Amino acid sequence: MTRFLFSQLFQTLLVVLAAPLLLGWVNQCRAWLQNRSGPGWLQPYRVLRKLFLKDAVLAYNASVLFRITPYVVFGCMALAASIVPVLATDLPFSPAADVIALVGLFALARVFMALAAMDVGTAFGSMGARREMLIASLAEPALLMVVFTPSLISGSTALTTIVETLAHSRLAIYPSMAFAGVAFVMVMLAENARIPIDNPATHLELTMIHEAMILEYSARHLALMEWANAIKLTVYSAVGVALFLPWGIAQAGDWTMMPLAIVAFAAKMAAGGAGLAVLEAVSAKLRIFRAPEFLGMAFMLAVLGILTHFLLER
Amino acid sequence: MILPLSAQLINLLASLMLLLAFAMLAQRRILSLIHLFALQGAVLTVNTVVVAQSTAQAHLLYSAGLTLILKVIVLPWILHRLIDRLNIRWDVETLINIPTIMLVGILLVILAFNLALPISQLAGTITRATIGIAMASVLLSMLMMITRRKAVPQVIGFLAMENGLFFAATSATYGMPMVVELGIALDVLVGTFIFGIFFFQIRETFDSLDIHHLEKLKEK
Repeated sequence: MTRFLFSQLFQTLLVVLAAPLLLGWVNQCRAWLQNRSGPGWLQPYRVLRKLFLKDAVLAYNASVLFRITPYVVFGCMALAASIVPVLATDLPFSPAADVIALVGLFALARVFMALAAMDVGTAFGSMGARREMLIASLAEPALLMVVFTPSLISGSTALTTIVETLAHSRLAIYPSMAFAGVAFVMVMLAENARIPIDNPATHLELTMIHEAMILEYSARHLALMEWANAIKLTVYSAVGVALFLPWGIAQAGDWTMMPLAIVAFAAKMAAGGAGLAVLEAVSAKLRIFRAPEFLGMAFMLAVLGILTHFLLER
Repeated sequence: MILPLSAQLINLLASLMLLLAFAMLAQRRILSLIHLFALQGAVLTVNTVVVAQSTAQAHLLYSAGLTLILKVIVLPWILHRLIDRLNIRWDVETLINIPTIMLVGILLVILAFNLALPISQLAGTITRATIGIAMASVLLSMLMMITRRKAVPQVIGFLAMENGLFFAATSATYGMPMVVELGIALDVLVGTFIFGIFFFQIRETFDSLDIHHLEKLKEK
């Protein structure tokens, strides 16, 4: 039992602590692609330290909701980080929450964030909240459709079972997984406020979506929000890696495979981060009214994945 | 159940066909449309070669060569020349409501898959699972022809439909007899030439390639 707990604790801590590193790596790759030298990989950690050392400022009319939201959001993301198998498939937490519950966790964090953004009553906050809900209402069904394809293949919605089935079965080409993979990347870009939908580096309030929602936060609250955002990106990447490139993950109870699993996970994350930076460098931000089209496309691809699974793989 | 590698490859290429059909449905730029059409031809060629190799059907190799020459090289080249001559290389079509078109497309795919199910059970070919995808790509090309207003994308839709038919023939019965295939190839080629002449005529008469002007063709 203690062994399981240790494995759980280790994986959760790894994801939570390494999340800013992934963000820093993506930013660094983006800087290289734009011919800048960039702030270095560790910049997100420095930003977090700076923010934690500052004094928090709150608006006069901020309610309790506004103050607890950073903790709720961070808690949601940390919990999400402990459901997704990153290094090994023995996670005592994962039977409690399957992949649908994971989508629900993200939704919970998002609802709190949108409410907190509207709580203070500034124009930009509520605008950001409304846009976020527009994107989310379209991205969430697409995400569910994406995860149904691997669930159908492995006959379970629990992430650990899916990963075990996919990683340890004989190698086969699943055309449906190709569809689901493309759709997943599109949903991931939208949900993490990355470039075709939202620009994480923007300073123009009118074009912001995610940034507009956290405009009112400062110091430790902002730090938690930023950190939670980094964890969200890492968790999404981990889900993508677990579903579409599950090789190299350690089997339950196999401790000798752990170092290899860590190396494989780091390599996959580094490649994924670089890929994300390339995607962001070659594409331009879409107009907000084009976002439904983009996400409609993702939804369609995910549905096609399910349909081709029924047609070709049974 | 694990299929043999060739069958898996055929399934993958079939899914690629379906994906390309959807990409063409949503593509606004004429130039990208032609690229997608050429890509679809290339996928079709590879698929035919794989089927020919795995079933030892020598005549399919000839059809693959025909597809390669006609649909990957000649037809896109003619279309490139046409859009250069018509000066519409950078044209962007105003497609309304792509999500709705996509949803209709998904419904068509479901319809095609259901229609193809009994046929697939009758057929004994290695490619029988892909008949549904072939039918779906025919229907999607038809949908593309219906939703477009300009003449050139409609013709590309027509040519893509022919791609789908060829794919259906390959997956259901390992291709058509050579005479039929040659006849169709010639038809498509001549058809494209005639369409090219039509484009110039339409534009001369209406100063536009928007076929909605054709509805007003009445004697005053």
